[in-house]
Amino acid sequence: MTWKVEIDPQQCIASGSCAAIAADLFVVDGAYARPLKDRIEEDERALDAADVCPAAAITVRDGTEVVGPRP
Amino acid sequence: MTTADTAPLSYPFNVPESLELSEEYEQARNRPGLLKVRMAYGEPAWLVTRYAEARFVLGDQRFSRAEGARHDEPRQSEGRTDSGILGMDPPDHTRLRTLVAKAFTVRQVEKLRPQVKQLANELLDELEAAGPPADLVDRYALPIPVAVICRMLGVPAEDRPRFRVWSDAALSTSSLTAAEFDANMEELRAYMRQLIEEHRRAPQDDLMTALIDARDVNDRLSEVELVDLCVGILVAGHETTATQIPNFVLALLDHPGQLALLRERPELIGGAVEELLRFVPLGSGASQARYATEDVEVGGTLVRAGTPVLVAVGAANRDALRFDAPGTLDISRTGMQHLGFGHGVHHCLGAPLARLELQEAIGALITRFPDLRLAGDVVWKSEMLVRGPRVMPVGW
Repeated sequence: MTWKVEIDPQQCIASGSCAAIAADLFVVDGAYARPLKDRIEEDERALDAADVCPAAAITVRDGTEVVGPRP
Repeated sequence: MTTADTAPLSYPFNVPESLELSEEYEQARNRPGLLKVRMAYGEPAWLVTRYAEARFVLGDQRFSRAEGARHDEPRQSEGRTDSGILGMDPPDHTRLRTLVAKAFTVRQVEKLRPQVKQLANELLDELEAAGPPADLVDRYALPIPVAVICRMLGVPAEDRPRFRVWSDAALSTSSLTAAEFDANMEELRAYMRQLIEEHRRAPQDDLMTALIDARDVNDRLSEVELVDLCVGILVAGHETTATQIPNFVLALLDHPGQLALLRERPELIGGAVEELLRFVPLGSGASQARYATEDVEVGGTLVRAGTPVLVAVGAANRDALRFDAPGTLDISRTGMQHLGFGHGVHHCLGAPLARLELQEAIGALITRFPDLRLAGDVVWKSEMLVRGPRVMPVGW
């Protein structure tokens, strides 16, 4: 299964937390962070990034189910 | 590439008794390569002063905080402490941060805004009743973040006199010996352990109880981590904001045109706080060295594996390559990404809360007192990692 990763630019504060956790999944190259690819293989680090994002701007979905941030 | 054969410069450059940024930073920014510096204690380090390189070092996992514990870390005081979450790398850092991150997200802290607004106004009522001159630090800047972080964490705010000394010492650069420093930290830990035991007996609806559950129910952190995390949140959660409130007021009083603009257009408060976070160099100097875990080139200098790098965010925030007219306070700047809260995995956990408190505190103060002014000499914190007034008499 692949996951879908999104960053809401309205929420993002470009803290760089996500890119520092997984530089191959996230990048802060403009005003906001963005996922480098919107579909990824299952990867615990994507959930970590979603968990620690100070803006709660990252959503990780498995199909229609939200798997990150974890409750 | 530059080489390391020049003698390191004595560091930090800033003096504690002002909010000026030392001119030495400008010279450093304009010179190619990194600067070799030496602090009062610990080994020499590379100093980063430019914005792009600051973001690079703070955001790259090849620069480790945890390595500091295995080295003679550059620092301003003899004593050195296990800096808790600030001294960790992923995945340990991520594990602890995850436990507290949700309490401090933008959405979560936004719920506190009405309480913070009300608290600011109550304190201003008391200030007004007491009459001028009044100490802005003791009567306003300190009680706001202390009340908020104590309530969130589950620490009685009335214990402030008890934890003030220990908390001050935790951020002190003074001549405390290593033994005195350790004794202070141990007292603060003992205080926190006792509060944690009380919470274990009688769980509350607060962050401490949630962290105790993470420890006891889910085994997600050790007892030492639990205590240090609570201590870290308490210290970091009030000292910086309490210092930046008077700092921002000083900066605005120093720029009457900008202050007038903010009074005229209070909706600018969000941007004004961001600009003040960029403009005010809070730290007396860079701290929290990062150690290169492999050879990495930074801004034309080869940083060898095992070498520490200090990042001067105050200087990076005034980098002309990144900000137009960087030395000008312009509260209507937009689209700015200052490094006032750092960057990368250690980006300030409490940034959303700090923003909210600063916005409400500054907004309420300048609205209430159109003729706010200094009414005596500022007494500076002279022995702290953060710079700012210890006493700031104001009139109105």
